[in-house]
Amino acid sequence: MEDLLEILEELHADVDFENCETLIDSAILDSFDIVTLIAEVDSVFDVAIPAEEIIPENFNSAKALYSLIQRLDEE
Amino acid sequence: MKQKNILEYLEDTVQKLPDQVAYTDGTKALTFQEVFDQAQAIGTYLHLHNHQNEPVVVFMKRSPESIAAFFGCVYAGCFYIPLDEEMPKARMELIIQNVSPRGLICDVNTKKALENYSYQGEVYCYEEIIETKVDQTALSAIRERQIDTDPIYIVFTSGSTGIPKGVTACHRSVIDYIEALSEILQASSKTIFGNQVPLYFDACLKELLCTIKHGGTTYLIPKSLFMFPIKLVEYLNQYQINTLCWVSSALTMISGLGVLKKMVPKYLHTVAFGSEVFPVKQFNLWREALLHARFINLYGPTECTGMSCYYVVDEVLDLEDTIPIGRPFPNRDVFLLGEDNQKVTNNEVGEICIRGTSLTLGYYKNFEKTTESFVQTPLNTCYPELIYKTGDLGRYNDRKDLVFVSRKDNQIKHMGHRIELGEIELHTNKVDGVSTSCCLYDQQKGKIVLCYMGQADKKQILFSLKEKLPRYMLPNKIISLERMPFMANGKIDRVHLKEEHIDNLENGGKN
Repeated sequence: MEDLLEILEELHADVDFENCETLIDSAILDSFDIVTLIAEVDSVFDVAIPAEEIIPENFNSAKALYSLIQRLDEE
Repeated sequence: MKQKNILEYLEDTVQKLPDQVAYTDGTKALTFQEVFDQAQAIGTYLHLHNHQNEPVVVFMKRSPESIAAFFGCVYAGCFYIPLDEEMPKARMELIIQNVSPRGLICDVNTKKALENYSYQGEVYCYEEIIETKVDQTALSAIRERQIDTDPIYIVFTSGSTGIPKGVTACHRSVIDYIEALSEILQASSKTIFGNQVPLYFDACLKELLCTIKHGGTTYLIPKSLFMFPIKLVEYLNQYQINTLCWVSSALTMISGLGVLKKMVPKYLHTVAFGSEVFPVKQFNLWREALLHARFINLYGPTECTGMSCYYVVDEVLDLEDTIPIGRPFPNRDVFLLGEDNQKVTNNEVGEICIRGTSLTLGYYKNFEKTTESFVQTPLNTCYPELIYKTGDLGRYNDRKDLVFVSRKDNQIKHMGHRIELGEIELHTNKVDGVSTSCCLYDQQKGKIVLCYMGQADKKQILFSLKEKLPRYMLPNKIISLERMPFMANGKIDRVHLKEEHIDNLENGGKN
């Protein structure tokens, strides 16, 4: 989780990623962020997020994204 | 008589296809008849309030209605300035100061936001002014007075001095552009566009004006879909969208995340891209997925009305190839000027220069910047003849097609947006606790990297920049430096910085 928060903070230093649950709904993340996140997650966690998992529900909070990474890692 | 006003497109099409949807975002739609009626009502209203031959701001949500408002301004004999609800306040203020408009059209969504602005002129609410009874006599009188070199719009591009430059374009150059573009895109009444670019750039003329010329339909694709590629492709299929004119990075978003292997936008037959280099690897994924579609690379600066060069990609490309920008649009001359001020005809690098009707009128209320780039061509010493010097360097390949090489200065293309790195530096330097800064672009990763020296922390800088700059201009990485490298002449050594913080990182990360 720490690693993920670090990636997110690199994108937006001013956002409270630990608690924010509306990263998509409040338009905090944009398409550039999503593309960057996917690339960073791939390099840091060695987890490739497949296209069908790139949906709002998985990116709305750091928690949701982290559980996606864990799920994909186990598969 | 030859066409002299862009509204003639709308007036012809509304006769033929009044009930066809012209613009829609998938939920709200306006037919050609509705666009026509609302634009005429707005034109009448502005006329009744004594607006003529002057800029009118359209500050509305990206919607079919905002497009009708653009045409409404033109009906009044005015020219529109499209502003976006997402534009940062400080930037909008700069634009308003530059233009000092007397009138502004807002909608119910943006009206509230206006209270925070220093704008002092009249505010008109779209929902109210479209109720105005159309005065045909007045509108005809305005039309009779209008000539084709009267302006239609001002759109703003990044300026290295920190002040955006307002590119002002007239009917003549826009008509010239749309006629040529229609042939290149093979647009017709069957063309269903999926618009991606914001309406405050001239890039959207492709969809907006080809639609009123031919009687097709434009879908304004919600911006949020560009984060979720599968949903985006589903949207394209749901509405049977067949033509795209997107920035390359939007296409890359779909192909790069592996979507085309799972789902194909099956109705697409024409895919135009541009504004930045399209990586061949990504392009090939698109080509393999859509074997029968036409792919067209477009190139052109806002200063020459939309696009000026095109290249229909009809061959298989190797990974090390660059997609050429190709040949000039009909009725415009695009050539390379060497350092000796002579035309380059061999394979050497020169500055891309453009000549012809497509040249816009210049930068609004900025004669100094206008005369720097719109200059007398050194190739003609007999009579006045302007060219636009793009600042882009290019060369011809073996097939005599033009290829983009690089910029002469610190302008970059990032996510399809044209950005002066100097504008970011200027605002960074104004932050308390920053002594100096230098902005770089990591081409390979598509990241804006800001290096700075001083006590300020990164968060503070980002906060401050967010108030001043549009989202797409914000640095993706901020590096605090103990010492900034300088050259003998006192200028920051960009090359050194770039080697240290961009090139090294890449090698370091991978080896």
